[in-house]
Amino acid sequence: MSAETTPAVSGVDDVTLYDVDNPAPVIEAPRKRTKKTPKATRTNFEMYGWLFMRLSGILLVVLVLGHLLIQLVLDGGVSKIGFAFVAGRWASPFWQAWDLIMLWLAMLHGANGLRTVINDYAERDNTRFWLKMLLYTATVFTVLLGTLVIFTFDPNIR
Amino acid sequence: MPAGTLYRGREGMWSWVAHRVTGVLIFFFLFVHVLDTALVRVSPEAYDNVVATYKTPIVNVMEYGLVAAILFHALNGLRVIAVDFWSKGPRYQKQMLWSVVAVWALLMAGAFYPVLQHTLRTLFGS
Repeated sequence: MSAETTPAVSGVDDVTLYDVDNPAPVIEAPRKRTKKTPKATRTNFEMYGWLFMRLSGILLVVLVLGHLLIQLVLDGGVSKIGFAFVAGRWASPFWQAWDLIMLWLAMLHGANGLRTVINDYAERDNTRFWLKMLLYTATVFTVLLGTLVIFTFDPNIR
Repeated sequence: MPAGTLYRGREGMWSWVAHRVTGVLIFFFLFVHVLDTALVRVSPEAYDNVVATYKTPIVNVMEYGLVAAILFHALNGLRVIAVDFWSKGPRYQKQMLWSVVAVWALLMAGAFYPVLQHTLRTLFGS
């Protein structure tokens, strides 16, 4: 559209840029249902994912900010951290449970967030598929490794 | 504003961009963090060795950056929840973002010495 044919812009909106002969472009709704959308995907998975992000988010605010406060802020900051400090904290089932719940919620919250990012920016079907496979593999591995470490921690390992 | 885009600029879009960027950064750190913590199953020395990296000045400054990213993501996440579930949320989203920024700045100022004291002490004496 050249500057000459552009009507004078009045006020804050750009609505006057378009008229009957020059309509505004139509923006399709993201992931709109089409005839090609398989029936099998018609579940409420995305709604539950959306709800999970908010519920886990509230819990993570408490769990993660508490974790940061203990590890990085109180009692000398990072200076005090070492094997003995970890052994002291994981002697208590309360902190074991805290860390276990935080691990699972943070990993699932982060994996679902990155799934959304991949869906948004990876446009080729193949790229999207393999990036998500990589994400799921790394997530399962990390959650299982972290869980194993919390449950099998041995303060007298040496 | 360019035609045919959903990106609207201003507080709404930029808080969304910052939420994504901080989210991805925090998630990548989480992978590293679970791996380094897993070294407690190898030996106390292996774990203390990797934690020594966390006590170097550069990584200590990165920890302050991590705190910055997590604090923003946490506070803005609460704002997103308010926008979604509070009937007046969408109307006050801008005011809520600037409140998030104010609380974030306040907490970051408060966290400056506690988080960086290890580096400040080693670099500038006791």
